[in-house]
Amino acid sequence: MFSNSGLRAENDVNPSNPKQTLTVALAGNPNSGKTTLFNALTGARHHVANYPGVTVETMEGTVRHKGIEIRLVDLPGTYSLTAYSEEELLARHFIVEQHPDVVVDVLDASNLERNLYLAAQLIEMQVPLVLAFNMSDVAHSRGLEFDLPQMEILLGARIVPMTATRGEGIEQLLDAVVQTAAQENRRIVAISYGREIEQELDGIEEVLKPYASALPRRYPLRWVALKLLEGDQEVQGWISQPDVCGRVEAAHQRLRTIFRDHPEITVAERRYGFISGACQETIKSTVQIRHDFSDWIDTVLTHRYLGLPIFAVLMFGVFYLTFRVGAWPMGWLERFFVWLGVQITQHWPLESYGWLRSLVVDGVIGGVGGVLIFLPNILLLFLGIAFLEDTGYMARAAFIMDRIMHKIGLHGKSFIPMLIGFGCSVPAIMATRILENRRNRLATMLVIPLMSCGARIAIYAIFAAALFPDYLRGPMMWLIYVIGIVLAIGCIQLLRRTLLKGETIPFVMELPPYRLPTLKGLAIHMWDRGWMYLKKAGTIILALSIILWAAISYPQPPAASLEGLSSSSQQQAVLQYSLAGRIGKALEPVVAPLGFDWKIATALIGASVAKEVFVSQLSIIYALGDTAENAEALEEHLRSDYTPLQGFCVMLFCLITAPCAATVAVTCRESGAWKWAALQYFGLTALAYGITFIVYQTGRLIF
Amino acid sequence: MIRKSMTEHIPVRPLSDFPAGSRIRIVDIEAGRGLKNRLASLGLLPDAPIGVIRNDGAGQVIVSVKNSKIILGRGMSHKVFCVQQ
Repeated sequence: MFSNSGLRAENDVNPSNPKQTLTVALAGNPNSGKTTLFNALTGARHHVANYPGVTVETMEGTVRHKGIEIRLVDLPGTYSLTAYSEEELLARHFIVEQHPDVVVDVLDASNLERNLYLAAQLIEMQVPLVLAFNMSDVAHSRGLEFDLPQMEILLGARIVPMTATRGEGIEQLLDAVVQTAAQENRRIVAISYGREIEQELDGIEEVLKPYASALPRRYPLRWVALKLLEGDQEVQGWISQPDVCGRVEAAHQRLRTIFRDHPEITVAERRYGFISGACQETIKSTVQIRHDFSDWIDTVLTHRYLGLPIFAVLMFGVFYLTFRVGAWPMGWLERFFVWLGVQITQHWPLESYGWLRSLVVDGVIGGVGGVLIFLPNILLLFLGIAFLEDTGYMARAAFIMDRIMHKIGLHGKSFIPMLIGFGCSVPAIMATRILENRRNRLATMLVIPLMSCGARIAIYAIFAAALFPDYLRGPMMWLIYVIGIVLAIGCIQLLRRTLLKGETIPFVMELPPYRLPTLKGLAIHMWDRGWMYLKKAGTIILALSIILWAAISYPQPPAASLEGLSSSSQQQAVLQYSLAGRIGKALEPVVAPLGFDWKIATALIGASVAKEVFVSQLSIIYALGDTAENAEALEEHLRSDYTPLQGFCVMLFCLITAPCAATVAVTCRESGAWKWAALQYFGLTALAYGITFIVYQTGRLIF
Repeated sequence: MIRKSMTEHIPVRPLSDFPAGSRIRIVDIEAGRGLKNRLASLGLLPDAPIGVIRNDGAGQVIVSVKNSKIILGRGMSHKVFCVQQ
């Protein structure tokens, strides 16, 4: 398969004096340990890099090696470099446009043949290449022995065996990178696709030559010819010249008659031929392992009947960790913010800049603190997810859940973010990143707020306790959760039939091998996501908290009217007089058909920033002061003001209505467009209004 | 559509028909060009020997190919035509 005549020296490579800074791209299959290697190389010195117009993220970091600064870019994990997915296109564009001095392809050495498929495509692109044979320890334990010098000749690239999880081979890899970058006469290996295809490639290259300068990107001509033959959609888009198109079409016809399949499949076969040719000569397998451990675990974990209970237990574990263990640090943070507020109030006399004190204490600490106290939960949740992902279990969970999820039009993996949604919508929406298919991801993202989150429990608890007898409280809460799930399923069905229509993309996914996660990997995973939550949701929450604070504090009633009132009555008077109170009153006719009055409407305005604000707003409205001890008194008031039907309607409305500000911000960010966040916001509000209206009006007729 | 198989006189059946434990070989894949390409990058292409790891008669199928395991949706598994090895 491999032709020696393909070895030739290229003339115009790197300049003779070595550069002091190098740009190195990390490519590799998903599950090849690429990210582990990246983390091992850069430690904490990395950041997320976004490229305009793409939602795929790449990581960038720097490392110094022997006086040379190396800028490392972690490209998304891909199996190939076609135009099939955004990830593959991003990787391809980066390699061509940014001209990295070296491309490091990270391969799972224990699964070389499949991993070399990507390497073969990098060889086709004629880039300076270093192959990192990662997981050499696993390969060794499987009895694989490599003739590396021979392999380097056959593949035309330096090969460095390594084990990134233990940091072995890192120095050697960096040495190879620096040497490859400095190399002047790089040997270019040509993959032979067989006489028939080679002839057609020569022909296409010939007609392409006059248009070479018009090509939008600096790809090798041979590669462009190959991609045209393969029917690559992006490359086809560059070429409109009839003579080239005609030549490609003719080549297509000829090759189809010879091979009875599309040329790209024949080309793929030849690539594998090239690979197995190289492997046969250089890999010796000393031990024959028939059933490895991973197969045995899989028969248990993906078992038809055992799989689901095991999944349930593991999920329970993650939730226990998140909400039970997380409750302690959450309590500490909560106490800290209360303490902080009290300290400021005590040491800052009301007379000097009282409004600023109120802004700091009630607005900033109340609002931002209210979000920050969820940070421990979110970090722990992400730790749990990172653990399940890094061990390889998540892919199995997706397999187990698929049969159920398939029925509602989603893939198995969608289950994971939806489950997280019962805790908090923000990390849940971020967790939709595990879904590769965009339509699937958007549909999941948009309905996540219907998974009743932890913050809403406070609302249900107080209304259920106030308006329903003991024996009905549990069932009422349960009913609310079930309604949420049923509505989510309905909304998904609706979305999949309307806005997010399109055939279900055929499902193909690699089941990664089981691996023991490293502490460092887990910590980085957890922190990266936690930091995003802090940064993005935090800034928006801060801004909205200040706005909300202003709305419930201004305009202020004349000082005279507050004289002689108790402090809680003063709070009530201020709120009634404020913008929020006025809007609440103005909204009364709008929400009256739902059974709500101005008090509920005002509390709902507060809830639009964070759901848990609803209860504290109600307390202020009833002049109880904003403290938790007043829960019983608040229940008394609610009992005298509202019927059980109205109470149920409030619970129902709060379940469905517009998600909190942090959720809106995160939906906007993760979907990459305001319109999806707007659809979620207004769609859910309209749905809430419609359903509550029907329930209240029907309920009134019955009771 | 189905190539090579006619001359061999071995019954060609969709992957979904083969029980767990079967050692089979892909004969043809009925899919669009993009998807065929993606499958090829995962090692699933004509002539590739694969093993069926999990097939419960409904739901997704797990196969092993070139030392890795791949999950295929049920719909996909109807379109991968194979012969017993």
